[in-house]
Amino acid sequence: MEDLVSINNLNIEARTRAGTLKVVNDLSFTIKKSETLCVVGESGCGKSVTALSLMSLLPEGILKVSSGDILFDNTNLAQLSEAELEGIRGNEISMIFQEPMTSLNPLFTVGEQVSEVIRRHKNLNKEKAWASTVELLDAVKIPNPDKRAFDYPFQLSGGQRQRVMIAIALACQPKILIADEPTTALDVTIQAEILALINMLKEETGTAVMFITHDMAVVAQMADRVVVMHPGKKVEEGTVHEIFNNPQHEYTKSLLAAVPKLGEMASKKYPEPMRLVGEKKTKALKPIVGTNEPLLKVNNLVTRYPVKGGVLRRTVARVHAVEDVSFTIMKGKTLSLVGESGCGKSTVGRSLIRLVEPTSGDVNLDGQNILSLNPRDMREARSNIQMVFQDPFASLNPQRPLFDQVAEPLRNYGTVNREVLQEKIGDLFDRVKLPRSFMQRYPHQLSGGQRQRIAIARALALNPKMIIADEAVSALDVSVQAQVLNLMMELQVDLGLSFLFISHDMAVVERVSHDVGVMYLGRLVEIGPRQAIFRNPQHPYTQDLLKAVPIADPDKRKSERDLNFKPLPSPIHDLTHNPAPSEYKEVAKNHYVLTTDCGY
Amino acid sequence: MLLVLLVVVILNFLMLHLAPGDIADTIAQTMGGADEQDMAELRKQYGLDQPFFIQLFNYVVRVALLDFGQSHFYNLPVFDLIMERFPATLLLVFSAQILSLFVGILLGVYAAQNPNGLSSLFVNMFSLFGYAAPVFWTGILLLIAFSLHIPIFPVSGMRDITIESGNFFVHFFDVLKHLFLPMITLASIFFAYYSRLCRASMLEVLGADFVRTAKAKGLSKKDVLLKHALKNSLSPVITFAGLSFSAVVSGAILVETVYSWPGLGTLAFNSIISRDTPVLLGILIFSTLMVTMGNLLTDLTLKALDPRIKI
Repeated sequence: MEDLVSINNLNIEARTRAGTLKVVNDLSFTIKKSETLCVVGESGCGKSVTALSLMSLLPEGILKVSSGDILFDNTNLAQLSEAELEGIRGNEISMIFQEPMTSLNPLFTVGEQVSEVIRRHKNLNKEKAWASTVELLDAVKIPNPDKRAFDYPFQLSGGQRQRVMIAIALACQPKILIADEPTTALDVTIQAEILALINMLKEETGTAVMFITHDMAVVAQMADRVVVMHPGKKVEEGTVHEIFNNPQHEYTKSLLAAVPKLGEMASKKYPEPMRLVGEKKTKALKPIVGTNEPLLKVNNLVTRYPVKGGVLRRTVARVHAVEDVSFTIMKGKTLSLVGESGCGKSTVGRSLIRLVEPTSGDVNLDGQNILSLNPRDMREARSNIQMVFQDPFASLNPQRPLFDQVAEPLRNYGTVNREVLQEKIGDLFDRVKLPRSFMQRYPHQLSGGQRQRIAIARALALNPKMIIADEAVSALDVSVQAQVLNLMMELQVDLGLSFLFISHDMAVVERVSHDVGVMYLGRLVEIGPRQAIFRNPQHPYTQDLLKAVPIADPDKRKSERDLNFKPLPSPIHDLTHNPAPSEYKEVAKNHYVLTTDCGY
Repeated sequence: MLLVLLVVVILNFLMLHLAPGDIADTIAQTMGGADEQDMAELRKQYGLDQPFFIQLFNYVVRVALLDFGQSHFYNLPVFDLIMERFPATLLLVFSAQILSLFVGILLGVYAAQNPNGLSSLFVNMFSLFGYAAPVFWTGILLLIAFSLHIPIFPVSGMRDITIESGNFFVHFFDVLKHLFLPMITLASIFFAYYSRLCRASMLEVLGADFVRTAKAKGLSKKDVLLKHALKNSLSPVITFAGLSFSAVVSGAILVETVYSWPGLGTLAFNSIISRDTPVLLGILIFSTLMVTMGNLLTDLTLKALDPRIKI
C-alpha cells in the first residue's frame, strides 16, 4: 500500500546550556494509509518529539530538525510555508495528547472548541459547523451531545474530555491521527473504552494512526506495525506479530520480558519483585512471608464530606466517599486497594491517619483506637503510620535541601542533635539507595524516581509500622516504577513493614500484594487473598475491572462489545440519605464478596 | 459590600465624635459666641444630647438618606457639593483604569511573544519608568511639555467656558480634550503593573497544553494568541486591577490637584486646607462606594471570563 508518511534519516537536536544534544538520531520509518503504527519506548526516547516534528510544532528555539526530511502525502513538510502548514494541521494531520485534563481550553465550551476546528478548515457557516459538532460528539459517544456541547471542560470527566479531544482531532477527517500516550493518564476501564473507540473510528473513517506509548499491552491492543525506539534511535521495526512473537533486538526482548502479565502470579503465594528492563535476572529476595498477626483493623469506616451551599454556607448534601469499609492488615504484609478514580480508595488512606476526619467507624492500630485519640496522642500515633504520595514533583518542598526534608519528621518528634541526625539521615539515604552526597541537593536536581525515594526515606525516618502508598508509583516511568516497587518490597523484607498500597494498576497490584480489596463507589465490593481475587473474582465489578486490563498479546484484542462500563453514579446524596450497611459472604477462606447493593 | 459601607459610615461617625468640638461649637463660633443655655439648646436641636448609640443610629439613617451634613467652608449641603464633583472623578478614574488596562495588556501580549527580545526589553524599561516615576512628577512634566512646547491639549480644568455652542458633541469633545492629560498621567502608574503582570501570565499560558492543542488545530498565530491564550491570562490582571482600584482613586486626588480637574480630589485638597471635616467624611464615604463598586465590577468581569468562578 502507498506510504502516507515517510520519515527519512531524521535528526532532531535540542539546544541546552551544555550544548546541543541529539534527541532523535537518524530515524527512518513510514506509515501507510489506514494503518496503525505504534511507536514504543521509554520517556525521553524521542517518540513524542518525532510526533511533534510531524506536526511541525517543535518548540521554537529549543528543538530543531537538523537534517533529514518528513514527507507527508509526497510533500516535504519543511518546504511548506507557515500558512500552508496551518492548513494541514488539524485538517490532514491531527493530534491528541496525553493529558486530557489540561489539553482543552478551560474557558470555552467543548462545542465551541470542536466547531472552531471545523470552521477553520471546512469553511462552513456557524449553524452547519454546530450541527456537525453535535454529530461528532455523538460519534465519540458523549451522552446527550446536543446538551453537553454547551458544557465547559471542567464539567466533564477525564475520559469524556479525551473523547472531546478525539472529536476535535477527527473533525476534518484527517489522513493521519497522531495519538501521544492518549490513555496513560486514564483509569484502566476508561483506557479500554478509549482504545476501543479509536480502533472503531479508525475502521469507519480509514484514517491512519500513529500511536505513541510506553505500554506493550496497549501496543498489542492497537498496532498493525511497531517501531521500537531506544534513546533517539529506532532499534527494531516489524508487524505486531513479529515484534511480540519473534523479537530480534535485545531491548525489545527485555521490554517484553518486563511487562507484568496479569495472571502470571497465580501460582505464587508471595509477592515477587518486578522484572527490570535490561536486567536478565531479578535479584532474588527472600519470600515476603509476613505474619498472620493483625497490625491494623478497620471496622465499618465511613467518611462523608459535607457539600456547602446557599447564602449561609450550610451543609446541603454529603459526598459519601467511604461507606462501611472494613479490613485488616497483617504485620509485614501488603494490602492493595484498587478501583477507578473517585471510588474512595485514597479517602480510606487519608481517613486512617485522620488527614480527613472519618464520620464513624473504628481504626485499631496495634491495640490502639486511633479515632478516639486526643490531638497530642494522635501526633504520637502518626509516627507509626506514614504516607507516600502520588506526585513526587509536588510533594517535596522545592526550596529546602533534601537533608532538611528527610530530617523534618525526626526533628518534629524530638531528635535535634546534629550528629545523630546526620548519622540517621545518612542511613536512610543508604536504605533508599541514594548517594549521601544528595543530602544537600534540592528536589529539582532529582529525577521523578529519585524524588519518590526521598519521599520513602522521609516516611521511613520515624521507623513506622506501616506505610500508606497512595498511587506512589503511578506517575513514574515503567522501569523507574519497577525499581521503586522493588525497593519497597526489599524494605518490607528487611524491616517487616506493612503496606496499604493504593493503586489503579492491576498488573502492579498483582505483583506486590498479599491481599487485595476492590472498591466501587465508596464500598469495598470484594476483598481477599490476592490469588483468590485474581483467579476467582466473584463480584461482577471485579470481573469487569479485570477484563478491562489490556493483555500484552496481539491475538487477544478487546472490541467495544466486550466492554460495558456504566458511568460512575454520583456519590452525592442529600442529608436524609442513609445507606444500608455492607454485608459480605465468605466464598472461600478469607475471601469476602459484597452481597448488598453497591450501585454497580 | 453593604457591610463594608456600613462599617465605613460607623467609623466616620466615630471620627466625628472623637474630634474635639461639635456642630454646636462650630455654629456658636460663626455666630460669634453663645452662652451655656444657647449651647444646650443647640445641642438638643441637633440631637447631640442623646445617648451615643441613638446618635450613631441617627447618623447612619441620615447617611442612608443621603444627608451628609453641611460644609462649613462652602456653606452648602455636603451631598450637593460632592455630587457636583463626583462625575468628574468617576470619569477620570474609569477612563484612566480602562486606558491603563488596554495599554498594559497590549504591551504585555506583545512582550510575551518574544520574552528575551529587544521589544520585550523596551516594554520592561517603559514599565520600570511607570513604576518609578512619582505621579505628580509625571503630571508636572507633561503639564510643562503641553503648556509650553506642544500646546495641543489644555492643561487645566474640565471645560472651556468660552465655548457657547449648544451642541452636545462640541461639549463632549471639549471634555475629552481636557481629559487627555490627566488620564494619561494617572494611567502611567498602572499600565506598568498591568503590562508586567500580563506578560508574566501570558508566558505561563503560552506553555499550557491547550495552547499546544490550539496550534495543533491549525489555528493562525493571531487566533492562538488573542483567542486562546489571552483570555486565560487575563484573570490575574483583572484581579490586580480590582485590588489597585483604591490606589487609582487616591492617585486621582494628586492628579486632579496638578491639573485643577474639578473632581473630588481638588475638593478634598481644599477641605483639608480649610479643615472642612463633614466634606472630608462625605468624600470618604463616596471613595468607599467607588472602590467597592470597582471590586464588584472586577468580580463580575472575572465571572464572565471564567465559567468555573461562582459568586
